[in-house]
Amino acid sequence: MAVSDALRANGVDAPLAGSGFARVPAAYWAVGFILLIMPVFAGSFWLFQIFGWSFCLGIIALSLMFLAGYGGMVSLVQMTVAALAGYTVAILGTSGVQQISLGMPWWLYIPVAIIIAVIFATLVGALAVRTEGIYTIMITLAIASAFFYFTRQNYDIFNGYSGFNLVVPPRLFGVDWRQPTAFYYLSLGMAVLCYLAVLYVARSPFGLALQGVRDNPRRMAAMGFNVTAHRIAAYAFSGVIAAIGGILLVWQNTQVAPFTAGIPAVIDILIIAVIGGLRRPIGPFVGAFIYVLLSTFSPDVLSSFGLSTERFKLLVGLGFLAVVFFSPDGALGLWDRWRERQRKNLDPLTGQPRTAGTA
Amino acid sequence: MTDFTRRHPLWSLIIVVLVALLLWLILAPWTPGVEAVLGRKRVFLNAIFGGLTLGALYFLVASGFTLIFGLMRNVNLAHGSLYLLGGYIGYVVSNVTGELWITLPVVFIVVALLGLLLQHQVFRRMEGQELRQTMVTIGLSVVLADLMLWVWGGQSYTLQTPQWLTGPATLPIVVGADRSGNPVYMRFPQVRIAILVMAIIIGVAMWLVLNRTRLGMLIRAGVDDREMLTASGVRIHYVFLAVFGFGAGLAGIAGVVGGTFQSLAPGEDTRFLLASLVVVIVGGMGSIPGAALGALIIGLVEQIGLVYAPTYSVVFTFLIMALVLAFRPQGLMGSRR
Repeated sequence: MAVSDALRANGVDAPLAGSGFARVPAAYWAVGFILLIMPVFAGSFWLFQIFGWSFCLGIIALSLMFLAGYGGMVSLVQMTVAALAGYTVAILGTSGVQQISLGMPWWLYIPVAIIIAVIFATLVGALAVRTEGIYTIMITLAIASAFFYFTRQNYDIFNGYSGFNLVVPPRLFGVDWRQPTAFYYLSLGMAVLCYLAVLYVARSPFGLALQGVRDNPRRMAAMGFNVTAHRIAAYAFSGVIAAIGGILLVWQNTQVAPFTAGIPAVIDILIIAVIGGLRRPIGPFVGAFIYVLLSTFSPDVLSSFGLSTERFKLLVGLGFLAVVFFSPDGALGLWDRWRERQRKNLDPLTGQPRTAGTA
Repeated sequence: MTDFTRRHPLWSLIIVVLVALLLWLILAPWTPGVEAVLGRKRVFLNAIFGGLTLGALYFLVASGFTLIFGLMRNVNLAHGSLYLLGGYIGYVVSNVTGELWITLPVVFIVVALLGLLLQHQVFRRMEGQELRQTMVTIGLSVVLADLMLWVWGGQSYTLQTPQWLTGPATLPIVVGADRSGNPVYMRFPQVRIAILVMAIIIGVAMWLVLNRTRLGMLIRAGVDDREMLTASGVRIHYVFLAVFGFGAGLAGIAGVVGGTFQSLAPGEDTRFLLASLVVVIVGGMGSIPGAALGALIIGLVEQIGLVYAPTYSVVFTFLIMALVLAFRPQGLMGSRR
């Protein structure tokens, strides 16, 4: 039931509407076009700090959405996987800490970073899938904090408390990828790639089986599916996405430190995914955009109300509480319900808006 | 106990040998060979006793957590915030009154009232939705942490220990001999001994209430089968309220206790939340003896690790958790459901 719901939400049950590009709704084209020409009218602050950051956080939250939405496993370890990938980039590539960084070429350290992050995510997954539901949250939270403490204490590899600074993207094709416009397109491209990958995997046989496992693991096991293997594979796939987001995030900040994956950061990813909505892959990006807007502009808003500008966390926390209270499926859930109400107002026969007399 | 020895003779033997070894290490005077391996006896004993005290504190925090979880299936991730809040309120109250025996009940009542409010106004509205409840507690912990930062700022506080508990006590345990050959006895802060005794008293009292009273019977029945208990005419919401209030109040008391020998600062809430998570995972969800065992293990490991491998002492605790998860996912004292 829930699988068919998810499919309908993804537009799968509309084969008559054509195939390929023709099936993409017009609104998506409009949003895509606006995002593409954004550098024409947006300043570098918006491109880099708002959109670049949103895409990075959105990709990491997308990996959580994949696990939670399609796999039914709420994992708090995604930020840790992302930070591990960032750390690997800093250690193998170049950074301000020259006695540790190895200075390898980019075509080596990026794949290695993703592979290491995926191995870590798989190991965590193998441990976490032994548990279910809220236990998973607790165990992944504990693993995430173990990583935080470990990186904070370890000076030989992770450079302890201060971490690595000056981690910049490589100069490729003569472009400095840290320039706002270049980074904007890089992060946008990666976000779209990850989004499409999640969409594709969710509709592949593996993704459908995973959703079946989410809805009824016992029945899937009885049908001969290896439930544990599917769940661990989901962790591995989400590890790839988290790693990509983590590398981008490190490039955007130019630094990676234990606090990149501290408890508040780990919880922020959950907040982002929940605020956006855990049911569709676009949700995390919506949530990340809201979160980034809040964190960037809340000092202004708060000071205009005469409050201290440091109360940003309070605002985010209250917003998160409100979302969990009133709309468990996030901002997208609100949107869906609004659409539903609009549709109910249409006359089923004519498709015209109902007037007071005919209703 | 006899049941356990009959079923696992090998494990019982290992446990007995380990306990005997530990007792020997604590009571017997050390030979130079042992000192060469483990360092000075005084350091070792301090680590053991520090671990016991820390374990006692962890038990105070984790027992409320595990009780709430066991009955309501509610992972209260705001439990650490209740701990820190209790500590701060204790700081304020003890500055006004200056007496520990007034501070503890006041903090217990205030934090328990907050717990009652949370259970009655928030969690009752989303019963059975475990994930949503957990998310709400995460949001609450974020909000509470920021509110506490607002009120009490970023500096760290320490509660004054009462007059009659300051200074060290001499324990009848020999740590070595001075130059003239007289035995030197171990000295340990009185406050920590008091904390240990208090935790043991609270633990025993909880065990008695759970196993000997009508309320305890209701709680145990609720842990085992909530629906059946409701069906047999028990107003389970009152049981829920009592347990949640008690668990929250216990966390508040633990905050006061923790404030006397650790510091109260932002970030301590997540530290103690994680500690209780690990304790409860190691010991077994919803089991009070499990919480005691887990707290003992984690406290000892943390302190011994701090002495013998200071860099990675935190990692040891998580290693233990991973081992327990890998080989006994329900926890050491947990039961499979």
